[in-house]
Amino acid sequence: MDTIQAILNSMLREAISPATAAVAIAAIGLNIHFGFTGLLNIGQSGFMLLGAYGFAISIGHGLPLVVGIILGFAAALVFALVLGAPTLKLRGDYLAIVTISAAEIIRYAGRSALLTDFTGAAQGLQGKTYRDPFTNLSFLGDGSTTLSPFNYADVAGGAIWVRVIGWLLVVACVTGIVLVQRRSSGVGGHGLRVGATVLLGLLLVVLFFFLMPVNYQDTGVSGWWVRLVAWLLVGLSLLVVTLLVRSPWGRLLRGIREDEDAIRSLGKNVFAIKMQALVIGGMFGALGGMLYVLPSSVQPDSMGRSLTFFCYTALLLGGAATIFGPVLGSVIFYAARIMIKGIANAYVPDSIMNGQQTEQFSFIVVGVALMLIVIFRPQGILGDKRELRFNV
Amino acid sequence: MGRGVVGLVLALLLAPVVMLLATPPASAVGTLCLPTPTAACIAGTLRTEKGVLPGVDITVTTPDGKDLTATTGEDGKWNVSVDKEGAYTVKIDESTLPKDLKTSGEVKVQAKFGVTIPALIEIRTASYQSSESKLDELIQSSANGIRLGLLLALASIGLSLIYGTTGLSNFAHAEQVGLGGILGYELINRGGLNLWVGGLLVVIICAFTGWFQDRVMWQPLRRRGLGLTQLMIVTIGLSLALQYTFQYTVGARTVRVVQDNPSVREVGPITMTNQSFIAMAISIVVIAAVGYALLRTRVGRATRAVSDNPALAAASGIDVDKVIRLVWTVAMGLAGLSGLLYALVTNGIKWDSGMQILLLLFAAVTLGGLGTAFGALVGSLIIGLVVELSPVLGMPGDFKYATALLILILLLLVRPQGLLGRPERVG
Repeated sequence: MDTIQAILNSMLREAISPATAAVAIAAIGLNIHFGFTGLLNIGQSGFMLLGAYGFAISIGHGLPLVVGIILGFAAALVFALVLGAPTLKLRGDYLAIVTISAAEIIRYAGRSALLTDFTGAAQGLQGKTYRDPFTNLSFLGDGSTTLSPFNYADVAGGAIWVRVIGWLLVVACVTGIVLVQRRSSGVGGHGLRVGATVLLGLLLVVLFFFLMPVNYQDTGVSGWWVRLVAWLLVGLSLLVVTLLVRSPWGRLLRGIREDEDAIRSLGKNVFAIKMQALVIGGMFGALGGMLYVLPSSVQPDSMGRSLTFFCYTALLLGGAATIFGPVLGSVIFYAARIMIKGIANAYVPDSIMNGQQTEQFSFIVVGVALMLIVIFRPQGILGDKRELRFNV
Repeated sequence: MGRGVVGLVLALLLAPVVMLLATPPASAVGTLCLPTPTAACIAGTLRTEKGVLPGVDITVTTPDGKDLTATTGEDGKWNVSVDKEGAYTVKIDESTLPKDLKTSGEVKVQAKFGVTIPALIEIRTASYQSSESKLDELIQSSANGIRLGLLLALASIGLSLIYGTTGLSNFAHAEQVGLGGILGYELINRGGLNLWVGGLLVVIICAFTGWFQDRVMWQPLRRRGLGLTQLMIVTIGLSLALQYTFQYTVGARTVRVVQDNPSVREVGPITMTNQSFIAMAISIVVIAAVGYALLRTRVGRATRAVSDNPALAAASGIDVDKVIRLVWTVAMGLAGLSGLLYALVTNGIKWDSGMQILLLLFAAVTLGGLGTAFGALVGSLIIGLVVELSPVLGMPGDFKYATALLILILLLLVRPQGLLGRPERVG
């Protein structure tokens, strides 16, 4: 039971970690590329790495925080223009090939000994060289907080039945949300359904923290401060994307995804719109990259091809071409990966799978999951199948 | 169909796992100096082009002028633990060096907490000619380039044929190349098979994985009408799963196909291992055979017809599915052969070698024209030459792969259909 509780706790810690939020934002950007516009960008990690480098290098060289953020975005902007210019007039494969190659080249360049003074080569840049301006902004003060302060351990001494009831309530909440969402017509209007969903969702979050309390420093290197900012940025990104895709410009994106020639025949400049989508999605990638390195360090090798594939798995799991899909997908993806690792560590003997191999095993599962999702449920959890029949 | 896919995935994952279950994972090399958050390590290996140097004294001068000393061990390795960050000077005590050695003497390094900083000091025997003539260097690099190009061509012809017949860009192709090398390690190095027998077996197994993949996954998915974009993402997932299956089985180290060191042969200004010459010969023969088959045999003509226009080919009585099955089989066999030869000539293969190769493969295929087999050959040779020649012509070694990408981007700007591709209106 303690093992299970430990695994559950680490799952929730992973689900709310800044890295999850960062990948969620990168996946939101990817959603603009892939989900809404139909651009197959397989180099999102390149955008993330460039954002991280722009941010970390400029702050490390004494520039203010704002300038660092702007330079991170600027690096992604240039990258998008360079990649988009030769490929966006061609069939989709070309963008895929060029982006995956370019992202790897960025990683090689970051690892290169020639640029050690800037990028720290393969060792990377340590967090303490660029983190302080951000940490100093914190108004949470020192000390540490457990969330939620009132949790299962306070009720009847943390007896098993308390937790069982808690999990039954979780199941009830999820069922409730699904039922409310499924009911397309009938009782209650649109507003009522949204209200009920939000209410149940909040209840679910509270229940999670009740069942799996987590403790962090308030400010610290990787404390509540960076988590708070990270998830606020996720919320902000969701708002921006919602406004974008509901605008006339967003309708153009979908139009390009469904039938590029039709949009062209309406007199729209398809190339320019695709380029705008590539740039904007890449900016989200850069933002994700900056957040990703904030609590840790800039390691070119940890932001390689696998990270792009994580973003894709998260996006497709949650549902491409939906607003909340990337976020839901990231949270479930990271929590599930920790669950696989935790279970493999706890219950599979070391002679079959040692600690290092559980890590690799979780990657293998990710790859297989990606294949199975695309084959059997291309719309993911939230998506609409009709939206994903396009071909690039 | 669903069962087929799951079966394939299981089989792909289990095949190496079962075979390699006995393989212990790579363990970290024990070092005397472990960096901590408040201490840094400076370490290095003293070697000449002939071998390592044991028993040489090294002096490390701290930023505030103190001297620390270390002596190289039997393997020529030395290290020093320091408790301050900053600029250190590493110097060789030349009186402890064997005679007839020249050294640059000292090197400056920046110590950082929590990491091991390598200090490289150049030592050469007095007779060593470091300044080869530029021409010889060019010829040697061109030969290396052609060697790399031929190996790339083996894999990229398959990639191009798959693209031509099915429209699919197979992102897992490079992992199939890696599979060839790693199977070679398992069968020949660990299994103790003869190189030729083992090599043949590797190619057969790889070809079978191609047949099997098409049988249980790609063909059913085509029948189901899954879009090309979706198929491409499936190949991405497959590549991720395969890559980490390799790491699961052989760990993160470089593995070699044969245990003994290869012997070297000089032909004019070109110095290469015997294996490299044989590998080049095999590549040329195989490529010529594939070319002959494509141009002169019935099935080759059928393949080109499907590549041109699948619907028309089907209407004129060609069994398109059969052709595609054959293309997958041959392509994966060629990729496996390419990986095996690659591991032989570069003296080893790693779990993620595929990624570097993938980049070059795509550059080659696009350069030659997506879907054209002979374009892939031309593109591969060009990319191979570019990658190997760019360091000679002044490109820093770390960026030699970047040159391939640069060429790709420039080409897409001026001639998107590739060198041998037919222009079509795209976008």
